[in-house]
Amino acid sequence: MEFTEEQLKRYSRHIILSEVGGKGQKKISAAKVLMVGAGGLGCPVGYYLAAAGVGTIAIVDNDEVELSNLQRQIAHSVKTLGMKKADSAKQTFEALNPDVNVVAIKERINSKNILDLIRDYDIIVDGTDNFPTRYLINDACVMLGKPLVTGAILRFEGQVTTILPGDGPCYRCLFEEPPPAGLVPSCQEAGVLGVLPGVIGALQATEVLKLIIGKGKPLKGELLIYDALGVNFRKVKIPKNSECPVCGKEPTIKELSDMPEQYCEI
Amino acid sequence: MNDINIKADRKLDIRGVVCPYTLVKSKLAVEDLELGQVLEIILDYPEAADSIPKAMLNYGNSVLKVEKISPKEWIILVRKEVED
Repeated sequence: MEFTEEQLKRYSRHIILSEVGGKGQKKISAAKVLMVGAGGLGCPVGYYLAAAGVGTIAIVDNDEVELSNLQRQIAHSVKTLGMKKADSAKQTFEALNPDVNVVAIKERINSKNILDLIRDYDIIVDGTDNFPTRYLINDACVMLGKPLVTGAILRFEGQVTTILPGDGPCYRCLFEEPPPAGLVPSCQEAGVLGVLPGVIGALQATEVLKLIIGKGKPLKGELLIYDALGVNFRKVKIPKNSECPVCGKEPTIKELSDMPEQYCEI
Repeated sequence: MNDINIKADRKLDIRGVVCPYTLVKSKLAVEDLELGQVLEIILDYPEAADSIPKAMLNYGNSVLKVEKISPKEWIILVRKEVED
C-alpha cells in the first residue's frame, strides 16, 4: 500500500515518529480490531483507533443510545438518540476518518456467537459493563489465542490490563470466578465520573496501537489502576496461575457458557 | 564532511514541499533504503535544511553532507544506520 497525499498529511505525526514510521502506519492500516461495547469505554477507544487509521474496527453492541449515556459516551449525540449504538458510533468514526472500515454488529455477544465474531480480528477490546460478559470474552480470547485489552470503570476509579494468551496471565488468573451478582455495585447504582472512561479508554487504545506496531512493553501481567480523586496510577502484579481453569496446565473450562447476567449500563 | 567519494543510492526531490511534509517524505524514503545506503535529498524549504539533518541524527542515521547549492536550495546526504 502506498500512502496518498491526503494520508501523508493525516498520519504525518505518526510517520515521523521513529517507533511508528511508514511501516508502523501501514500495520495500523492493515489491523483489524473488534471492540465489545460502544459505551463509555468503546467510544473513546474507537474514536482514537479511527483517528489513528486502524483499517477495520468492528463494534459489537445491541443497545440504543439514551440521554443518560451522553454524559460520557462521546461518540453518540442528541442526533443519534434511539439509534443503535453500533450504528451511531460507526457514523461518528467514519466521519472522523473515511479510511476506516467500521463494522457495526448489532448483536448481544454470548457463548454461541462470540468465537465466530472474534475469529477474524487481530485484537479484541473489552469495553463491557458486566462480569459475565467480561469472563466470556476472556475465555474466548484465551481459547483462540487473541490479544485482549480489557478495561473497567466505576465511580472515580478505573482499571486496564492487556492479556496475551500463552504469554502471561488471563483475567481468570486474577479472579477465578466473577463476584456474586449484587456484590459489586453497578454504575447505575454507584455512578461514574463522565471523563473516567475517557482516561481508561485512551489507555486501552494506546495498548492496542502498541500491540499493532509491536513497539514498547505491553501492559501484561499487571493491572493498572487509576484513582481519579487521589490522582494515583498504580500497577498491581497479576501472577499467572498454573491452576487457572481456562489458561492453566489442565484447563477445566473447555467450552463457553453464559452466566446469568447482571446489568450495568456503563 | 568530505563528499568526493559519496554516491547516493537514491534521490528525493522535495522542492516545493513544506514542513512537516519535508520530514514525512524524507523519513519514508530512508525507510526504503537498505542499511548503509545513502539518500540524497534536495529541498528548498529553509527550515527543513536545518530540521531534517537534526531529525535524521535523532533517528540514529548519519548526515554526510548539508550543502547550500543555490540561494534557495540545499542538498542533504543521509546514510541509513538503523533498521526501522
